[in-house]
Amino acid sequence: MPHKDVMHGSRAVAEAVRLCDVKVVAAYPITPQTHIVEDIAEMVANGELKAEYIMVESEHSAMSACIGASATGARVFTATASQGLALMHEVLWIASGMRLPIVMVNANRALSAPINIWNDQSDSIAERDSGWVQIYVETNQEALDSVIQAYRIAEHKDVLLPVMVCMDGFVLTHTVEPVEVPDEEQVKRYLPEFDPPYVLDPEQPVTMGSLGDPNYYMEFRKQQELAMENALRVAKQADEEFKEIFGRGYGLVEGYNLENAEIVLVTMGSLAGTIKETLDALGDEKVGLLRIRLFRPFPKEEVRKALAQAKVINVIEKDVSIGFGEGALMTELKSVLYGSNAKILGTVAGLGGRDITMTHIREAIERAKRALRGESVEEVAWAGLKEEAL
Amino acid sequence: MKVVADIPSYVKCRHVCGASLAANRCFKFRLNVKDVNEEEYFAPGHRGCAGCGCTIAMRLALKVAGKNVIVTHATGCMEVISSPYPETAWRVPWIHVAFENSAAVASGVEAALKALGKKDRVKVIAFGGDGGTVDIGFQALSGALERGHDFVYICYDNEAYMNTGIQRSGSTPYGASTTTSPPGKESFGNKTFKKDMPHIVAAHGIPYVATASVAFPLDYMEKVKKALSVEGPAYVHVHAPCTPGWGIASEKSIEVARLAVDSGMWILYEIENGKSRVTYKPTVKKPVKEYLRMQKRFRHLTEEHIDVLQRYVDERWAEVFGED
Ligand SMILES: Cc1ncc(C[n+]2csc(CCOP(=O)(O)OP(=O)(O)O)c2C)c(N)n1
Ligand code: SF4
Ligand SMILES: [Mg+2]
Repeated sequence: MPHKDVMHGSRAVAEAVRLCDVKVVAAYPITPQTHIVEDIAEMVANGELKAEYIMVESEHSAMSACIGASATGARVFTATASQGLALMHEVLWIASGMRLPIVMVNANRALSAPINIWNDQSDSIAERDSGWVQIYVETNQEALDSVIQAYRIAEHKDVLLPVMVCMDGFVLTHTVEPVEVPDEEQVKRYLPEFDPPYVLDPEQPVTMGSLGDPNYYMEFRKQQELAMENALRVAKQADEEFKEIFGRGYGLVEGYNLENAEIVLVTMGSLAGTIKETLDALGDEKVGLLRIRLFRPFPKEEVRKALAQAKVINVIEKDVSIGFGEGALMTELKSVLYGSNAKILGTVAGLGGRDITMTHIREAIERAKRALRGESVEEVAWAGLKEEAL
Repeated sequence: MKVVADIPSYVKCRHVCGASLAANRCFKFRLNVKDVNEEEYFAPGHRGCAGCGCTIAMRLALKVAGKNVIVTHATGCMEVISSPYPETAWRVPWIHVAFENSAAVASGVEAALKALGKKDRVKVIAFGGDGGTVDIGFQALSGALERGHDFVYICYDNEAYMNTGIQRSGSTPYGASTTTSPPGKESFGNKTFKKDMPHIVAAHGIPYVATASVAFPLDYMEKVKKALSVEGPAYVHVHAPCTPGWGIASEKSIEVARLAVDSGMWILYEIENGKSRVTYKPTVKKPVKEYLRMQKRFRHLTEEHIDVLQRYVDERWAEVFGED
């Protein structure tokens, strides 16, 4: 029977890993991810999860070991954050290039320097071109559910790509929320056994990780792009079927109060919760929210549809492309909405864990309102910035 | 030679006789030419240079391992020449991931074999060049050894980064000319001595460490066989010439590799359960100069630097073989 409990986000992820019957875990500690792999270690130690647990000496080796184990035919899991993800950078591209359905949770955390252990999303945003499917979750429940969905998506024969489930560090990982833990039988019904098309097996020797010269390389890349296109369809299907079995679904994007909205705030991850509260308090049907849940592959059609009536969009995001003056999501929205009349504004917020309050959200809405009235406003604002300290 | 911590007596030879490896050397490992597997698992037709010593190291190791093995490979010359898509020289399952992580990938493979209940049937060998082992892959190797994965790591040592055009590595010998240690008005070539990787590995307290040379194929294969048979990590460091990198004629590579051993520039030994044993003692000690003379990479060396090398070799020789 599914049971409800209150738990940290990290525990919710560990529960999902247990339910998915992961066979090999290779992990390295880093705040705010550590609790996830500690919880998994405990499950392995207690015999609740029958898996090989490799306590590697670095994140680079964590991903490398996941690659080796996945290529051998085992369902694998790892988790990391920030510096750990950056250290993996080289091997992330190899995991996706080799089409290995590895699932990883990234507990979003700011990157050094200055060193900072708190939440923002610069770490995973920086890996957006690495060929990984990326899902950004809002709640602990969604984190658990998304890990289960992630294996469905990753292992689908039309996809075979690694999936990164991104959850805001501390905001979710260290926060207790009520979570429904699904029943093992339900998960078995939803998630078939891992049956990869090619594995390292002496009975049928294959060569993996060949040299691809200019005659072949582009086709490898194009196949990844095609697999990403398939992932869009598969992710949607995976979410719909999830809803049928478990009674919860999230969509690729989530609209909130969008029906008559002229002003739409766009964001990813847990910040959607704060925005929803602000909108509820505001009670203005002209202001809505679009939460991007699937960031790679980017659900362009869904986003265009959801923003079709928007007149002013304000993208509130926890990352910035230094030297381009705005966050990556804002840039991408401009590209997706090219040709539309909507005005696109950006708000850089919460870098290095700076609190994003309802006041900041109201300011972002106010700025959008002024733009709607035709006043000239700052295109990109930094929320909560201490100007005097610059 | 340094002796490292004793290996626990539960480490058994599980290949043939089941005797404790803590006891004397198991003689069942002795190989004879006629015992050598005629099957080829490293196929001809790869892109290696004529006379490449390193391809011999791949080929012979696989003859010992047989078909039930999974090979992980670091980026480097052997990876590049053996796997240009859509061709492959590998008749066993093989995976290359990156330059510095052959050992980490092998840990994942080994863990997966365990988790899937296939471990008894399939062995794991990780290959890496000297650069991929003693330099950039050092951390991943150390981690995998310390964690005790059951695999064999084989470092093929051609004493420089050959794949990228002969740059020095931590394994490049004193005085050698490479593209990043060229001789010149202010330089006599590589300023440092070879990193003593086998002993650094042995300090991890693993059951089996050996040095080998492609010029001594039976000795090398016996060592690979033993390495495969111990439970836990084993390490074989095999000296293997690179014809363009060393500046030798293709038909000379085995001769040069043999001279390395006969001059004492490379010593063949094994460290089993922490106990060192020399596996080959040259009957006549050849002067280092004879070895150097055959290779372009040393041709610029003056008597002064040759003397330094000879003294270095003499010291180690005395330590290992006693004065003579
Ligand atoms: C992270 C990284 N740095 C550098 C390189 C470039 N690179 C590829 S192979 C190689 C040298 C390999 O040397 P070694 O391990 O000794 O093998 P060899 O080519 O000599 O057989 C280098 C520097 C790389 N592929 N990856
Ligand atoms: S360059 Fe050297 S190591 Fe590479 S194939 Fe040629 S001889 Fe072998
Ligand atoms: Mg080399």
